[in-house]
Amino acid sequence: MTEPLLRVEDLHVTFDLRRAGDMPWAKPRLLRAVSGVDFELFSGETLGIVGESGCGKSTLARAIIQMVPATGRAIWQGKTDLLALTKREMLKYRADIQMVFQDPLASLNPRMTVGQIIAEPLRTHRPDMAEGELKMKIKAMMDRVGLLPNQINRYPHEFSGGQCQRIGIARALIVEPKLLICDEPVSALDVSIQAQVINLLAELQRDLGLAMIFIAHDLSVVKHISDRVMVLYLGRTMEVAAGNDLYADPQHPYTQALLSAVPIPDPVAERAKVMIPLEGDLPSPLNPPTGCVFRTRCPRAEARCAEKAPELTRSAHGVACHFPGPLVKRPKVAEPA
Amino acid sequence: MALLEIRDLGVSFDTNDGVVNAVNGVSLDLARGQTLGIVGESGSGKSQLAFAIMGLLAKNGHARGSVRFDGQEILNAPPAIINPIRAMKIAMVFQDPMTSLNPYMRVSDQMAEVLVHHKGMAKSEAVAECVRMLDAVKIPDAKGRVGLYPHEFSGGMRQRVMIAMSLLCRPELLIADEPTTALDVTVQAQIMALLADLQRDFGMATILITHDLGVVAGFCEEVLVLYGGQVMEKSPVDPLFGAPSHPYTRGLLRAIPRVDQHGEDLDSIPGSPPNMTRAPKGCPFAPRCDFAGEDCHDHLDPLTEFTPGRWRACNRKLEEIA
Repeated sequence: MTEPLLRVEDLHVTFDLRRAGDMPWAKPRLLRAVSGVDFELFSGETLGIVGESGCGKSTLARAIIQMVPATGRAIWQGKTDLLALTKREMLKYRADIQMVFQDPLASLNPRMTVGQIIAEPLRTHRPDMAEGELKMKIKAMMDRVGLLPNQINRYPHEFSGGQCQRIGIARALIVEPKLLICDEPVSALDVSIQAQVINLLAELQRDLGLAMIFIAHDLSVVKHISDRVMVLYLGRTMEVAAGNDLYADPQHPYTQALLSAVPIPDPVAERAKVMIPLEGDLPSPLNPPTGCVFRTRCPRAEARCAEKAPELTRSAHGVACHFPGPLVKRPKVAEPA
Repeated sequence: MALLEIRDLGVSFDTNDGVVNAVNGVSLDLARGQTLGIVGESGSGKSQLAFAIMGLLAKNGHARGSVRFDGQEILNAPPAIINPIRAMKIAMVFQDPMTSLNPYMRVSDQMAEVLVHHKGMAKSEAVAECVRMLDAVKIPDAKGRVGLYPHEFSGGMRQRVMIAMSLLCRPELLIADEPTTALDVTVQAQIMALLADLQRDFGMATILITHDLGVVAGFCEEVLVLYGGQVMEKSPVDPLFGAPSHPYTRGLLRAIPRVDQHGEDLDSIPGSPPNMTRAPKGCPFAPRCDFAGEDCHDHLDPLTEFTPGRWRACNRKLEEIA
């Protein structure tokens, strides 16, 4: 088998929430945003990462490009560990890994023109590029993402949300990256615009052979665009499998609950759906449950789940659960007290 | 008689860029106990429609037309008329539960305020009623948590508090403006299930304003599709999703990726929603519509009933857009 483009092993991101005024001997307040995540990503593949807010999906992506400090390994093309690089060494790899952010307007500098915004990564990574070539590349890229090249001197506020997201995508792709990380790229957009941006991303990926990490809370969007999908809960991988497999045959009770919660735009299908309600809220990541982190809300939880955290099975359809299995039509009814 | 009768409601705003017509001639009837979904993208005027009903428009906003609640005209009504109605009979739940709760007041205080002010209850009595209502919205340990501040609740719990607060006076009409947009899917499912339960138990009419067609499919009996401040289609929920009669509704349904289907490329709607400062003269959807002709840029036929219970506003006949 060929070497994956990116192999992430045992990735941990921990934030220390001790405040400035706290005494040095005060007990550390550790927030484990991501704990022990592994995955492989091949060229041309899209990995979808889903989970609710606070599950660590954005932190995970940021950790890979050293935007937040992390421990573990992120092996790039089988050679370099990205997490072991110094800031200066990392610079070389940043052109290969680009990012598209959630809020299209906030991620663009309001005082720069579209041309300047898209040119900036090129000026940083290819400083010796001639001005004429630069301009040509920018115009070609604008055309590629569906912007009119004559809009090159306009400012971000003159564009709609969907167009701003296209500018963001153009800025990411201008340095010809090998990996594109999209952090909730369509969640701020209207439904009709969302479809345009999703189609554009899928098309660009196909044409350019990009690898993509697609982070979103919307399971339908992730399903649409991903080859493989990883479900995160409190910073841990619950289930990872090929997209079709995961959606057709989820094995983890959390994935099943998550899928059942997605509203379907079809009243007949919506009424026929088996809902698996999840009780309560996400536990605090400052004080996660012992054993399996999902056990406090899990319909299948038993004593064993509190003692030992289940390992993610190493197969094409990986599940981290002591009692994995297909969805039972009737969820377990709580015994009367 | 319908509980809520809206006739030819228009909302406009005076801005530095000129007059913005956010809502243009919307009419609807809502019976007691009925659930109506109002669907639209940002800028379609769906929230301003609700604000106009409640008399909550911004200072530069003007409402025209007529809104009758239980036979009484409430549009642009003086505070003496509208205040008792909007507290006791019409309640509203907003999108962002954190910014709609007062961060400096305990939940018990801000909830009890409603009852003390409108029903003249004693504070202790009011707090007891609040606890009962927090129980009804399934907040665990309601008694112990009623004295907490809003920041001590999670997003889903805050929205439950908001819902409990809106139901305190047992309103006849609840307007929920994007009540689950700020929440995660599993929490959204909890809140929508709760709203459906409460709607059934209290028998109130409900208007659900949302951009999410999935939420509408699960909750509403009837749906109004807004675009550019105008009603494009009005229909009971099943036929709307089964056989949408308007090119916009059709495009919208095709543009949504679905979790229960394996899809190919999404059919996106080209272009973007109209800029309401320079609203198009004819059909607002005409610039993005596959079926638009010359006449569509010029005028839009009024909303007409094409089969019993279903209304559409489109210059093309139903057969022509097949």
